[in-house]
Amino acid sequence: MNGVHDVLSPAGPQAATLYQLWNVMLVACTVVFVVTIVALAIAVWRAPRATERAKPDLDPHPRKVATLRRSVVWGIAGSSVLLLVLLLASFVADRALSALPLANAVRIDLVGHQFWWEARYESHSPELTFSTANELHVPVGRPVLVRLRADDVIHSFWVPSLSGKKDLIPGRESTIALRADRAGTYRGQCAEFCGYQHAQMALVVVADPPADYERWQALQREPARAPETAQERRGLELVEQTSCAMCHAIHGTRARARRAPDLTHVASRGWLGAGAVENTPALRAEWIANAQKFKPGINMPPLDAAPDDLAAMSAYLGSLR
Amino acid sequence: MGGRAVTRREATPASVPAVRKGDALDVSGLPSYGFAHRSLMWWGNAGMMTIEGVAFGFMIVIYFYLRDIARVWPDSGRVPALLFGTINLGVILASAWPNYLAQKAAQDRSLLRVRLWLYVCSLFGIALCAVRWFEFTALNVRWDDGAYGSVVWVLLGLHSFNLVTDVLDTFVLTAVTYSKPVEGKRYVDIAENCGYWYFVVLTWLPIYAVIYFGARI
Amino acid sequence: MDDARALPLRPRPRRRSRAKAQASDRRELLRDGDGAGSRAAAELERTWQDKPGLRGFLSANGHKTTGLRFVVTAFVFAGLAGIMGGLMRHQLATANSHLVGPDFYNQLFSMHGTAMMFLFAVPVMQGFALYVVPLMIGTRNTAFPRMSACAYWLYLLGGLLLFGAFATNTGPDAGWFAYVPLAGPQYGIGKRADFWNMLVTYSEAMGLMVAVDITTTILKLRAPGMTLRQMPLFVWASLVTSVMIIFAMPMVMLGANLVQFDRMLGTHFFNPAEGGDPLLWQHLFWFFGHPEVYFIFIPALGFVSAIIPTFARRPMFGHDAIVLSLITTGFLSFGLWVHHMFATNLPELGKSFFTAMSFMIAIPTALQIFCWIATIAAGRLVMRTPFLFVLGFFFILMIGGLTGVMLGSVPLDLQVHDTYFVVAHLHYVLIGGAVFPLFAALYYWFPKVTGKMLSERLGRWHFWLFFIGVNLTFFPMHILGLHGMPRRIYTYGAETGWEALSLVSAAGQVINDLGTLLFAINLVRTVFFKSERASADPWGAGTLEWSVASPPPKCNFFALPVVASREPLWSPPAEVTHVQGLSAQIREGLTTTVIDALPDTRYAYPAPEIWPFVAALSVTIWLVWSVWSVPGFAWGLIPPALAFLLWYWPNKKEAIEELKWEGEP
Repeated sequence: MNGVHDVLSPAGPQAATLYQLWNVMLVACTVVFVVTIVALAIAVWRAPRATERAKPDLDPHPRKVATLRRSVVWGIAGSSVLLLVLLLASFVADRALSALPLANAVRIDLVGHQFWWEARYESHSPELTFSTANELHVPVGRPVLVRLRADDVIHSFWVPSLSGKKDLIPGRESTIALRADRAGTYRGQCAEFCGYQHAQMALVVVADPPADYERWQALQREPARAPETAQERRGLELVEQTSCAMCHAIHGTRARARRAPDLTHVASRGWLGAGAVENTPALRAEWIANAQKFKPGINMPPLDAAPDDLAAMSAYLGSLR
Repeated sequence: MGGRAVTRREATPASVPAVRKGDALDVSGLPSYGFAHRSLMWWGNAGMMTIEGVAFGFMIVIYFYLRDIARVWPDSGRVPALLFGTINLGVILASAWPNYLAQKAAQDRSLLRVRLWLYVCSLFGIALCAVRWFEFTALNVRWDDGAYGSVVWVLLGLHSFNLVTDVLDTFVLTAVTYSKPVEGKRYVDIAENCGYWYFVVLTWLPIYAVIYFGARI
Repeated sequence: MDDARALPLRPRPRRRSRAKAQASDRRELLRDGDGAGSRAAAELERTWQDKPGLRGFLSANGHKTTGLRFVVTAFVFAGLAGIMGGLMRHQLATANSHLVGPDFYNQLFSMHGTAMMFLFAVPVMQGFALYVVPLMIGTRNTAFPRMSACAYWLYLLGGLLLFGAFATNTGPDAGWFAYVPLAGPQYGIGKRADFWNMLVTYSEAMGLMVAVDITTTILKLRAPGMTLRQMPLFVWASLVTSVMIIFAMPMVMLGANLVQFDRMLGTHFFNPAEGGDPLLWQHLFWFFGHPEVYFIFIPALGFVSAIIPTFARRPMFGHDAIVLSLITTGFLSFGLWVHHMFATNLPELGKSFFTAMSFMIAIPTALQIFCWIATIAAGRLVMRTPFLFVLGFFFILMIGGLTGVMLGSVPLDLQVHDTYFVVAHLHYVLIGGAVFPLFAALYYWFPKVTGKMLSERLGRWHFWLFFIGVNLTFFPMHILGLHGMPRRIYTYGAETGWEALSLVSAAGQVINDLGTLLFAINLVRTVFFKSERASADPWGAGTLEWSVASPPPKCNFFALPVVASREPLWSPPAEVTHVQGLSAQIREGLTTTVIDALPDTRYAYPAPEIWPFVAALSVTIWLVWSVWSVPGFAWGLIPPALAFLLWYWPNKKEAIEELKWEGEP
């Protein structure tokens, strides 16, 4: 999955706050490191050399000891002050994170599954809600409040360029607030080991300019586009009658199961399988035929179908913009 | 001949200091064992009690953690019956008396008295195990019946494990008093086992309170 | 007085004649104190010798034997775990690599972490303590040598079971801290998580047994005159570690057993649908897990404190400050655990408290570092391999410690938690903070243990290769984490841009391996092919273990020492130098009072017996049985009960021998 995926390239206020904190800490820690190592180096450099047979020095050396004691005390005092400063910086950053204004937030209910992300966009009117998977769109400049739940094991939602991570823990509900201030595609990945294919549980957050976002949202709210060509019709027929409908939902058709990603607008997404394959016609057909080849161990079984049928299904799904 | 341990040398008085002989410290007159913190066994025992005490403490914390996140506690609605637990409390507190006498007899190195009181302690032990069996049946919840059932069974189970092992230890030590020759350090072992019994008694108090009243308050 | 009649029920000698039996009863009681060449010394060596043959091998309980076994076994497990680490680096060196598949990779990182933490890092430190502490405090064995021997066999059997499970594709695959629900009854399929829980039970039982032994040894068996203030810093470090272990390990043992109950008995501790909580496991694990890294770090600090004075030719600057720092670090380490859980939905105010605590623990460590640098500044330096590794320790530990401060901040942690930044941090603190001091300690005490010096030249090569290799392997991981690379992924796509630095990291690992190979060659060459013997004190050090021959006599000291200063070998001889009057014919030692180390009682150490080994075997039967069958959990307790009974049951022969030396209090 392509996208900006970097703690050091913040695209929103949460990530920016953390980037600033990182810089403060990096500078402070580097200074401490350099000072201490230089002190050690000077001590090693200046101390005379001896052999194992040299007589050990048991003299009290009061003046030297007093000087060293002073240095150690200053060292501890300095370290304590620096730590206090860093503690303050940490608290300030923490408060900044929780101070994101949330007026007019887009509300998303994110459920983590082994190994994909289910996203329901909430609304005050039930008929305006819709589900998608693995690819979230958000409007630039508007806050997003994501409710995090897990269905099976612990996952973690992390889009580094937008914010820090938050765990999705079964039986517990948490929220994370973020905002994208620049348009672009931001990649994320599950950050808590969740089993076999934890490595292939990516997601993208696409920040659209507000007008583009409204267009996307309107499109997502509509039921699935009706098939227009014969091939697409054949594809729909196969999707409804084979194992696809046992797990997937396509609104407006007879496929209504909720155990796998919602496919109503699957063609509007760039990738399949939470970043496993690109959503092109050929790869889509291969994915349908045998998802296990790309992402072994997931719940989607291989489909024993003729190449024509696979092409038809791929065509139909490819029409679901 | 109950009174003294059999030795091949004359007994030395307690706490004999080492004797300086030239540049050496002569320790041949020192005793070869001591009671309470003078024995290494006491320290081992203390370590064991710390480990188990900490485990019991954590288990109680877990009880209240689970209670804190529960909407209804107990989720089955039924609390443990008080009868057998309270009988247990009475018997276990009473068992501290023969335990004290056994410990004193051990410190006096009186073989016959030690044997007598160890027999009495063993009888108390058997009685406690029997009552404990009935306690499990009177908990009014299964271990797989929600988090409440799980934590109550494990709390009772942990203490029962300690109880049973200490009762078995008491049996073994009673038998050991018949294995001649009885060394002085066997009396230390018996005294330490009595100390451990106090631990079993004392740890029952908070665990009893939590199991039987944790869901009533 | 006719002693023969006064003793009731003395077993009739069956094979020897009555005359011979009476002669041996009247054999004079031989006491120690006469020095190396005497009859008593020869008798002491006979008394303290291990029995021959397989039975002798299995029943040995001398602290040097047990300690050495721990260290050697730990390095074997570390080697195996290191190979796993190398495989992981190779798999991740290129994008979309197919060197290993996801299932095997998940087992690899779980096994690597579990084996390194439970089967290498803690046991090796305990092994060093078992070997060095009795020598350093002037006694002949630890307080409970059979318990530590049993701990060793439990350790070996537990490790063999874990690797056996791995070899049969049943290795744990949920990470070294096995979060539920992934390792729970519903998602932890098969026996993999059961073996992990079993291994935790083994290693905690083992760790606790050694900890109780070491604590008692340090408090009660010190040489007369070695008050708490005169005790060497390594002994303090071992004491603090052992006490911490006693308070922390029960937590994880309890927790792992609760997970087992969930898996085997249907309890619901961690099942949110029935009132349980997956987060409870995290609390239980990390309350142990954070102190655990200090079980590894604090003994290493003890190594550094033992080595620097010797190679700076002066006593440690700030000895008392270091003691207080060790104790403070031990206490504080119990208040940090939530910093492993900052990404969960715990209340923010609570998390901030743990940030403050995590920052605070840097201060006692900083104090120790400054005191060490002061000692070096005031000393005259002997630049040998042990000291080189100590210098390397400073560099690498500081980086690890400072990234630790970064991770301690809640908001920053939310970016770098569970990424390669953490992997970098933990390896810097563990390798810098523990492995470098460990190598330093190995080079330092090797001549004491084997009687031969390791090659200086190979040692320097080892040091430089390892130093460069570690930095090359793990420094890029900081950057990879900041570039978004999460932990525990078996592969990644090329579009992530992680390939270049991953390749560098893999190259660094190869250099590490080279360094380790040189070390292995050094070891083998020295042990098997070198004939030159080392003296008792080749480094000119000041503590008691250097007062005996290299390798030490079986009885450690022909006469227990009496001390009056922190570096007895450096100080002018005192008026009273040694203890006399202990038995040379039974294994006897001296207990002293806790604070002032005044002679208190004599103490008869147990003779070698096979029961510790048998008991460890019986516990194995119980644990393995209980993994496969629920009733096995109950019935399987019978073998250990029998074994411990037979262990405890008095041995008539030994009792008769010991009675000759008994003195009532």
